[in-house]
Amino acid sequence: MNTVSLRLLPLFVAGVALLAGCSKSGGGADAPADAIVIGEFASLTGKEAAFGQSSHKGTELAIEELNKAGGVLGKQLRLVAEDNRSTPGESATIAKKLITRDKVVAILGEVASGRSLEAGPIAQAAQIPMISPSSTNPKVTETGDYIFRVCFIDPFQGGLLAGFAKNTLKSSKVAIFSDVSAPYSMGLAQFFREAYLAGGGQVVSEQKYTGGDKDFKAQLTAIKAAGVDAIMVPGYYTDVGLIVAQARQLGITVPLFGGDGWEAPELLQIAGPQALEGTYYSTHFSPESTDPLAQKFVAAYKAKYNGETPDAMAALGYDSAMVLADAIRRAGTTEGPKLREAIAATKDFPGATGITTLDAKRDASKPAVIITVKEGKFHYLETISP
Amino acid sequence: MTELLQQLINGLALGAIYALIALGYTMVYGVLRFINFAHSDVFMVGAFSGYFLGKYVPQGSMWGGTLVLLGAMAICAVLGVVIEKLAYRPLRGRSTLTALITAIGVSLLLQNLGQRIFGANPRSFPALFPQHHFQFKSGLVISSSQIMVFVVALLLLFALRHIVLKTRTGTAMRALSFNPVAASLVGINNDRVISFTFALGSALAAAGGILYASNYPSIDPLMGTLPGLKAFVAAVLGGIGNIAGAAVGGLVLGLVETAVVALGGSTYRDAVAFAVLILILLLRPNGLLGRSQAEKV
Repeated sequence: MNTVSLRLLPLFVAGVALLAGCSKSGGGADAPADAIVIGEFASLTGKEAAFGQSSHKGTELAIEELNKAGGVLGKQLRLVAEDNRSTPGESATIAKKLITRDKVVAILGEVASGRSLEAGPIAQAAQIPMISPSSTNPKVTETGDYIFRVCFIDPFQGGLLAGFAKNTLKSSKVAIFSDVSAPYSMGLAQFFREAYLAGGGQVVSEQKYTGGDKDFKAQLTAIKAAGVDAIMVPGYYTDVGLIVAQARQLGITVPLFGGDGWEAPELLQIAGPQALEGTYYSTHFSPESTDPLAQKFVAAYKAKYNGETPDAMAALGYDSAMVLADAIRRAGTTEGPKLREAIAATKDFPGATGITTLDAKRDASKPAVIITVKEGKFHYLETISP
Repeated sequence: MTELLQQLINGLALGAIYALIALGYTMVYGVLRFINFAHSDVFMVGAFSGYFLGKYVPQGSMWGGTLVLLGAMAICAVLGVVIEKLAYRPLRGRSTLTALITAIGVSLLLQNLGQRIFGANPRSFPALFPQHHFQFKSGLVISSSQIMVFVVALLLLFALRHIVLKTRTGTAMRALSFNPVAASLVGINNDRVISFTFALGSALAAAGGILYASNYPSIDPLMGTLPGLKAFVAAVLGGIGNIAGAAVGGLVLGLVETAVVALGGSTYRDAVAFAVLILILLLRPNGLLGRSQAEKV
């Protein structure tokens, strides 16, 4: 008995050391004790890590700028960021932890609608306002009056993509290839279908996949046989990259297009620049924008992150923190109900992604941009206003 | 017609990959009567070995790709021997359940070490082998990487059969499988034969990992789980322990999955694959090519 426990002791010590190494301290360590604590949950690692990383970097930049300018209500801000590893089932736990243990005054997150939908009810029940930077599924803010977003929603995105497919791509028969495991993808596919059919187009093939699948050739072969002018893929970049590559391998030459789920530099690496020629997606922001506030944000972001160019997720991550700080200032307090009212009253707030005005459904209404890939680079194509 | 033929090619190419992974499962089982659930994670290590080794050779060259393939197989062979020595050998002679649970433990260990060392983010796998797409007039397309999977799977299948049936080590493996005690009585070094079996099985996993990643160029530390489970289904379907059975099982499973998707049931793809496992266990527990035998005591 004794010998066994002695033999296991080094293992036990090593285990404890490993665990200690794993746990991370949250946010700025030098912030004073009476700082205003803001929670953030994001997909910092895993399948959609590019979303979480960009969004988080944007949010961090905003917090840093706010603190340099003297903080809010005379207090410094402290950001506690948690990673949900891009997996379902983590975000609600994280929201609970942020509210009960870190005593955050508000929560920022997430990019993926499915994971925002998980955390929403927790924030709503605790009367802690939650602002999603870039979840576009309408159901996210329908959770309750404490849930907001600073981006457009999918009925608008689906509609503009339908118009784009019809007018710019000159298509009349499309296929939709959506991800059954993502509420974002199913929602966007539905709004696109409605708008496209209403515009006189035909949806001749509808195929489904599950996020994380690697082989899409069977579905793509069926789409190819249906004879389409364009393929709408409302998915996330890791799957979209493989889909585009395999579509080109099967000799599918028609344009592929999708929504803001495509927005990640990793898309180029996974699909390869050649396969992406002639693909399009809609998103919230282009770093090529000439708006002075957008340019100021791009310059500050590049200076902080070694010349890296921000994408839409970074810009919305930045704006979500700025909108929250503005609301705290106007509310004069961080109490949940009063802060909620102040956020709901956000009107004509200028940010990196344009003017944010929150409507009665707590959604923002903003123009979208269409991005295309030419010679291995993302290029701004056009802006579509709501 | 073109669509049907193309789906047939898709299904066979997917099946060949399952077959390749299933070979490793089935071989270890054939010799040791033990399902090595860590196989799917050795498969992942194989793909990551290819990712890192691929940085030292020019991309898209035949010799470079072959070199990386052999290098990854060597790395995983060593890993397989180490796993056997540290995790399975101390438990030899205990109940099979103990070994099985240990195998699941090793699998989880490799997955989490992988996340710690490589990070949890997917990486894009380099194009190690030259890429061509052969397009026929009818619109039918076959890619070089699909053909490669077929060729390598067939080569390894025959190499494996040769090793098991024709060589001295293979004879020793079969003797060990038949009766370990008697095998050691006639002078077979059981430890060495078992180490060799694991080295071989893990090298097969590495080959599977590299070819899988060449076809689906996005790798992450959890990439082995689903293909590993599917390959397990394929091995059971063909008759676990039977080398030709693994190949047949893999191809059948690939075709079934593709057929399900082609018929519009893409949501049920994985469900059907595992329903196949349940059906085969209910109707023909020894698999398509397996022969029933009395349980050894």
